[in-house]
Amino acid sequence: MYQKFMVPIDLAHVDALEPALQVAADLAGLYQATVCYVSVTANTPGPVARTPAEYAKKLTAFARQQGIEHGQQTESRVLISHDPVADLDELLTQAVAELGADLVIMQTHLPRKLDVLLPAYGSKVATHTNASVFLVRS
Amino acid sequence: MASNSQHDESEQASAPGERLPPPEGEATLIDTDYVIGQDNLTASPLGINLDIHGKVFAVSAAITLFFLFVTLVFQAQVEPLFNATRDWLTGNLAWFFILAGNVFVLLCVGLIVSPLGKIRIGGSEADPDFSYTGWFAMLFAAGMGIGLMFYGVAEPMTHFETALAGPSLENGMRTDWSPLGGAPGDPQAAARLGMAATIFHWGLHPWAIYAVVALALALFSFNKGLPLTVRSIFYPVLGERVWGWPGHLIDMLAVFATLFGLATSLGLGASQASAGLAHLFGMPAGNVTMVLLIIGITLIATLSIMLGVDKGVKRLSEINMVLAALLMLFVIIVGPTLLILTGFFQNLWAYVAHVPALANPFFRDDANFSQGWTAFYWAWWISWSPFVGMFIARISRGRTVREFLVSVLLVPSLVSVLWMTAFGATAIDQFVSTGFDGVKTAALELKLFVMLGQLPLAELTSFIGIVLVVVFFITSSDSGSLVIDTITAGGKVDAPKPQRVFWALIEGAIAIALLLGGGLVALQAMTVSTGLPFTLVLLVGCFAIVKGLLSEPRG
Repeated sequence: MYQKFMVPIDLAHVDALEPALQVAADLAGLYQATVCYVSVTANTPGPVARTPAEYAKKLTAFARQQGIEHGQQTESRVLISHDPVADLDELLTQAVAELGADLVIMQTHLPRKLDVLLPAYGSKVATHTNASVFLVRS
Repeated sequence: MASNSQHDESEQASAPGERLPPPEGEATLIDTDYVIGQDNLTASPLGINLDIHGKVFAVSAAITLFFLFVTLVFQAQVEPLFNATRDWLTGNLAWFFILAGNVFVLLCVGLIVSPLGKIRIGGSEADPDFSYTGWFAMLFAAGMGIGLMFYGVAEPMTHFETALAGPSLENGMRTDWSPLGGAPGDPQAAARLGMAATIFHWGLHPWAIYAVVALALALFSFNKGLPLTVRSIFYPVLGERVWGWPGHLIDMLAVFATLFGLATSLGLGASQASAGLAHLFGMPAGNVTMVLLIIGITLIATLSIMLGVDKGVKRLSEINMVLAALLMLFVIIVGPTLLILTGFFQNLWAYVAHVPALANPFFRDDANFSQGWTAFYWAWWISWSPFVGMFIARISRGRTVREFLVSVLLVPSLVSVLWMTAFGATAIDQFVSTGFDGVKTAALELKLFVMLGQLPLAELTSFIGIVLVVVFFITSSDSGSLVIDTITAGGKVDAPKPQRVFWALIEGAIAIALLLGGGLVALQAMTVSTGLPFTLVLLVGCFAIVKGLLSEPRG
């Protein structure tokens, strides 16, 4: 039913993303789908990597490790932004089309009052793409 | 290294033998064990995510509150104290500021012509993040937009007047404010000297100050892999100690200067914009108007930073540049066109002819001018330099050092010359040719509008003038909030959004508190005083730039 999953992740918070990663692995097994891990990172040095190239290298390693762990096809893609916090939604939305992903699985937080001002990231991806979106709540 | 257990089976291309993949193309990263954000506190009070450098954030916030409190409560006592500090600094250390300014210009010009100019920020293969228009609009809007609106007419006119009046002596000391020896009784020479002095204050020197900070930060962040905060400039001098208290202090000073520099400018700008509105539409120029202006500016700036650098700050800067260009073209076409166009080259020449004397740090007899104008300006530019420099650094990845310096130093300087010529020469011409002395007698903040009042469509152009003042403030305020947020987050540009909103709102709140409680001018004096420690930061920056560039691979 689904051929390609897009799983947005932040390498700085992999622990918090564990539920989404698990869902992605389980469903990929079910549908024999390829999982593409996508990260948005700044072009300035950050906690995970000091250059965008280093980030890409780490994400590739992460994707490969997930593939080995779950016995699946994996890919990775790093999106560079000069203002990741502001551009995240838009970049993820574009990435869905570019990758040809048909299912997006992403971790999100519980609904809260602040969402009016600072909406959760998944909502924009759901309203602006044709892909199915699976929001995993922690 | 940041990682603990990364697999080294990457398919990602990286130079053989390199432990850490360099940025795009070749660059020499600094090897440090510091992990960006390692001293940060993360928490989610009330569902709002925070990611801040605990010490820098807490102490900066405490110092800010302390100064705000002291200024508001003990206004009568601190105002003379702050003013005296500023006057002592600009009076006794004028030579130091002027000398340092020359060092910055010479370094930048030297780098443009040297082979080091070929090195690219972000690695030899890095692509520029922004187009020339977007980049240029942002660096100009952040750098000095607002000042050009107010001093474009006022400063050439003031220097022209004092130069025309010539020196006056009292007990062997000069009491006049004319630049150099003035040009008593010679309107042509006085106009040339006035324009040269203005261009000196708005041309190469201020932009060299910004360029030094920006280049140092960009180099150490994009090529060396250190966090994007002011302390990184000190790595070649302090080594690993920059991650401790010496570094915290440098960052706190930067936050302090940026926050109060912006807040006082915001307050003063609001009073100027409301004076313009009163002049144009007869609106009451009271506290209510000013507070409403500050609230409006702050809200738009907040929206702008929520939208981010590309969709917010860049767009506003571009709108700004188009409006400013239209206003300048209007003045050139409707005003004395020929005089302005020939004046551009004459003024440029006058600048070249006068700059050695104007930039001379020692044995000046025009103390009022060199201390009250030049040294004050230098201290003021320098106190703004961490903010403007850091913002310019963030948007300049992918440019070569030469391209960067030409664009940050030469292009804005030429634009300033054209702007000052268009607005200043028109005002001087109104006085010299037609005897109109309205600009001469008008209050500082009204001179622009009085000058525009003599040209056709005055209502429209004055209104555009006010809009420009307001938008220039918004673009300074939003980029400033981003910078403070980055510094207080230990160099992370991707800290949660509520933090940047917090700083934008705080800035507006400080401006309102100072406006209502008084003390704007006093705190501005205090901010200018931070120019002294930052001059030292900049001199270290010069050393760091040279050292950093020399260690880069040259292709």
